[in-house]
Amino acid sequence: MSDVAEKRSAREESAVGRSLENLKAAPRRFTETVFRSGRPHSDRTRSTFVFGNVFLHLHPVRTHRWSLRWSATWGLGIAAISCFFVLLVTGVLLMFYYKPYPDVAYLSIKDIHFVVPTGRFMRNIHRWSGNIMVVIVLLHMARVFYTAAYRSPREFNWVIGMGLLMATLGLSFTGYLLPWDQLAYWAITIGANIAQSPRELTDALGITEWFDVGGLQKLILLGAEEVGEEALIRFYLFHVMILPLILVILVTVHFWRIRKDGGLARPIDADNRLGPSSGDVYPVFTEAAQKTYSLAAVVKGKTPIVGHGPEQTIPSMPHLLIGEAAVFMLTIALSVILAIFLDAPLKELANPAVPENPAKAPWYFLGLQELVSHSAFMGGIGIPLIVLIGLGLIPYLDRETEGSGLWFGGLGGRSLVIRSAIFGLAAVVAVEAFVIRFGWIRQWWPNTPQMIITFINSGTLLTFLYATYSVWCLRKYNSTRAGALALFTCFVCGFVVLTVVGTYFRGPNWDFYWSPSQWPGH
Amino acid sequence: MTTDAKPTQTSRSRLDPEAMPRRDFLGLTAWWSAAATLLFGFLGAMRLPKAAVLPSPSKKFRITLPASLAPGQPYLPAGRSVALYKEESQVYAISLVCTHLGCIVKATDSGFDCPCHGSKFAKDGSVLKGPAPKALPWREVKHLSGDNFFVDEGKSVPAGTTAGV
Ligand code: HEM
Ligand code: FES
Repeated sequence: MSDVAEKRSAREESAVGRSLENLKAAPRRFTETVFRSGRPHSDRTRSTFVFGNVFLHLHPVRTHRWSLRWSATWGLGIAAISCFFVLLVTGVLLMFYYKPYPDVAYLSIKDIHFVVPTGRFMRNIHRWSGNIMVVIVLLHMARVFYTAAYRSPREFNWVIGMGLLMATLGLSFTGYLLPWDQLAYWAITIGANIAQSPRELTDALGITEWFDVGGLQKLILLGAEEVGEEALIRFYLFHVMILPLILVILVTVHFWRIRKDGGLARPIDADNRLGPSSGDVYPVFTEAAQKTYSLAAVVKGKTPIVGHGPEQTIPSMPHLLIGEAAVFMLTIALSVILAIFLDAPLKELANPAVPENPAKAPWYFLGLQELVSHSAFMGGIGIPLIVLIGLGLIPYLDRETEGSGLWFGGLGGRSLVIRSAIFGLAAVVAVEAFVIRFGWIRQWWPNTPQMIITFINSGTLLTFLYATYSVWCLRKYNSTRAGALALFTCFVCGFVVLTVVGTYFRGPNWDFYWSPSQWPGH
Repeated sequence: MTTDAKPTQTSRSRLDPEAMPRRDFLGLTAWWSAAATLLFGFLGAMRLPKAAVLPSPSKKFRITLPASLAPGQPYLPAGRSVALYKEESQVYAISLVCTHLGCIVKATDSGFDCPCHGSKFAKDGSVLKGPAPKALPWREVKHLSGDNFFVDEGKSVPAGTTAGV
């Protein structure tokens, strides 16, 4: 034995020596314990990488090629969750300085805007991705609807999605009050009174004294009779705690369900439509599937993959993850670019004695505000409730299978959608034009009882026209899907036109103006 | 274990057992009482956010009307949402909170205009135009002495009720 070797083995035997060796190996071992399957360079290790990671394992190990085409989803769901992530980070940063107390809140936003390093930038990002998130969630819903992706077995995920839409709108609405400026104060005053508007109905029936849902709703929302410190702390609590929690829980169920429902919806003949696989896709099972899944024995009903191999699927890592990362980066880029060029608005300090004129809600509620300007109860509660119930029922009424997973799939298809869009636009423009030009019942007969105006106003008239048209389509095509296509398209048109009118064509006293430059006193 | 030991079981599989054996009655009762307890606990906890005492400042106040107040001219006490009028020797108060969605209306020559959704009210508060479902309510006024009056913004009185000087 040579001297050197002897020394070395002596060192290895001493505990100190072994510790030193282990210390040297520590970085490598650390990496190995974090990524137990080693570097993901084969399909197999990539799969283990996905399902061995708590953050990634909501993903399937393999993804169908159909679902990875851009036109299948336009990445909208991932864009929505990306927005939420951006909002979470910037929101927590804003919380370092924001103080939820009247007047002080306004000053702290001013501090954030003018003094805090990067404060204005973070606030802008928070504001714009909040807006982008609303748009994207709405677009995502439209995508799911038009590709008939809500059908069995995905009905419940559609319902969860509606919960997500409401959580998103709720977050926006509660966030709107926090700056405590004039814009915020009056938008929330109106919002809270919309919550109280069932009184319009109970008053007309003369039962408010015994049965006052409206008053109760407003009381719970504001904790007081007017928007004040109680309301601010409640909105703050909802905005930073309750609603984000609800949203996270709902999102988790949403994603979990997508996997349990067998991935994204795709047409039955998706494989044929896709054509032969390209080079990087190869059959997983070279022979007829031999494998039986032990879980599949317990689960009842159709399970997605028993019986044939997932031929047209490719490993989620990297194909799906790359797509997701791209959408994530694009979403961030969009809100950062907006934040660089556009500052989030901040008006004067809230003044409970003088309303803004016009006092406008956030843009996505201006369609509602337009309806509310005809009847508070119908516009703010009645019609939204009808729309929500209608949306929730869609997957339970439409039990057809034709065209699932295809854009504008189902009877009627694209041409029906185009015709419905024309009808929907024409109807809403006609009704609005009539009301703006000729006024409504109260101007003609000032003594008309409120009940009549609550039930007959431009909002209910429009709802009636849309409903009639879609029932007509339903019968013509003898298909629920056709009726749903017509109704949803009309609803989208109505929403867009009312929002545009409320945003651009309403000035002081909610009067109609062709452009803000004609507003008096400006 | 032989199959004929339990002949009734042959049609059932391990995964599809008998629906609900009677001895599970106690189990069911336990589940339901747990659920009911949680539900009532939750409802009880939800009593908390419904405030018992509202933090609003008092709606009653005293006011001295300026002697120069012209008939039909509104007097607007600062920080209050009510307009006071003096006509001959009668004084009355009309709420300025729009009955539609709670904006503060502006007193104009023709009556009151709401900036939010275009409701218009006549001089006596009744609705002329727009979405407001009800007339602006009149508020209680009491004469104290001279030009001093007591107003209760929280108390409505029938339209036309005035306080004599
Ligand atoms: C979907 C998610 C969210 C949306 C749509 C949203 C929307 C908004 C909006 C519209 C404002 C008013 C911003 C302004 O005027 O600058 C706001 C403010 C705020 N948000 Fe969020 N938010 C979301 C999530 C969060 C989260 C998760 C947190 C924290 C955990 C948060 C914390 C805050 C704080 C502290 C403010 C006050 C600062 C300010 O007004 O600029 N937000 N949010
Ligand atoms: S609040 Fe006055 S018209 Fe709407």
